[in-house]
Amino acid sequence: MVKEIERAGLPAVQICAIVPIALTVGANRIVRAIAIPHPTGDPKIEKKEELVLRKRLLKTALIGLHSRIQEQTVFKSEDPF
Amino acid sequence: MMNRTKVIHYVNQFFGQIGGEDKAGIPPQIKEGPVGVGKLIQEASGGQFEIVRTILCGDNYAAEHLEEVGQIVLKWVEEVKPDLFIAGPAFAAGRYGMACAVLCMGVQKNLSIPVLTAMHANNPGVDSARKDIYIIETGDSTREMKMVIPKMVGLAKKMLGDISIGTPQEEGYLTRGIRINVRAEKRGSRRAVEMLLKKLKGEPFETELPLPQFDRVVPAPPIADLSKAVIALVTEGGIVPKGNPDRIEAHNASKYCKYFIGNASDLTGEDYQTAHGGYDPVYANEDPDRVLPLDAARLLEKEGAFARLYDHYYVTVGNVTAVASAVRYGREIGELLLKEGVHGVILTST
Repeated sequence: MVKEIERAGLPAVQICAIVPIALTVGANRIVRAIAIPHPTGDPKIEKKEELVLRKRLLKTALIGLHSRIQEQTVFKSEDPF
Repeated sequence: MMNRTKVIHYVNQFFGQIGGEDKAGIPPQIKEGPVGVGKLIQEASGGQFEIVRTILCGDNYAAEHLEEVGQIVLKWVEEVKPDLFIAGPAFAAGRYGMACAVLCMGVQKNLSIPVLTAMHANNPGVDSARKDIYIIETGDSTREMKMVIPKMVGLAKKMLGDISIGTPQEEGYLTRGIRINVRAEKRGSRRAVEMLLKKLKGEPFETELPLPQFDRVVPAPPIADLSKAVIALVTEGGIVPKGNPDRIEAHNASKYCKYFIGNASDLTGEDYQTAHGGYDPVYANEDPDRVLPLDAARLLEKEGAFARLYDHYYVTVGNVTAVASAVRYGREIGELLLKEGVHGVILTST
């Protein structure tokens, strides 16, 4: 899906847990998610920390949307989780 | 008594008879002897194969820790030194297929033990592995198990017996891109002209050299100025208003939907849920922001990280969804968002 959205001319970041699959299906902008059943959350940590974590993931995604790329790129958060 | 062929078999938590999605997080473990499908493989081999050990692992654990699981499996295979390593069949299950493909490649490369797996041609496990290993082609449903197992056993026996292996069509494996010299009845120029004539007449013909298809999309230009950008959220994780009013299917979804979030700043389990049938729904139902990150997006909007969050989100269920459907949904959603003045998309998948 993400590839087709990008084909329509919109930059699109995919946040997903299994980066090799995103690369195989042809996503151009990829951010590694926390886990399959909770890509943008982590039930093991406090709610407050979870929100911080989620914000960081989205910030990384925004960097992905803002970046000029030539090929498939995996964007990593600059702050450690 | 003939010498039996020692086989190690890899399965996921479901085929390992441990449990469903709720057990998808279990780390690798061993059961000595065959489990479930393993017994079918033994039977189909007429007793020649003996599954001495079954290695099983949860789909999520394997997909999220591919390298670590690969190392553990290598160790457990090396201990037994089997004659053959079989993984799957995985059918259309993406996480399972990826694990089967990666583990097979690892065992073959590091231990020089013959390997074999089986899955659907569209399984994401196929692309990275098809050149290196034999993958028996399957349909998308476990209903085909009884047809797939004999094909796997047949090919495995040939691999082990050093008997020449036929073409992909003859043996039922996915093409590996290997060319073999054969003596044709007619010379090339004649075959080419015959093929051209068929093409001109609109008759079916089969190319002798299929060209590889790399379906890559040229990256779209980036958002120049985030502070003026409208961002949209899209998810394949099935987050829908409570009760799933449009009845998006839990697998192979026949549609995508669009829901208003213009007046919401947080998703709660009281108003939203997941309709996805391919992952453990507990975490998403407890807090849907874990799949569709609305609360964090609102905070970033407030902080000025981007101008505005688009006031709807698009959703479908990405679970054994036909590739053709996913392509269409993506194309339509992309065109709609473009028309609606969106500049960039953040899509989450589970």
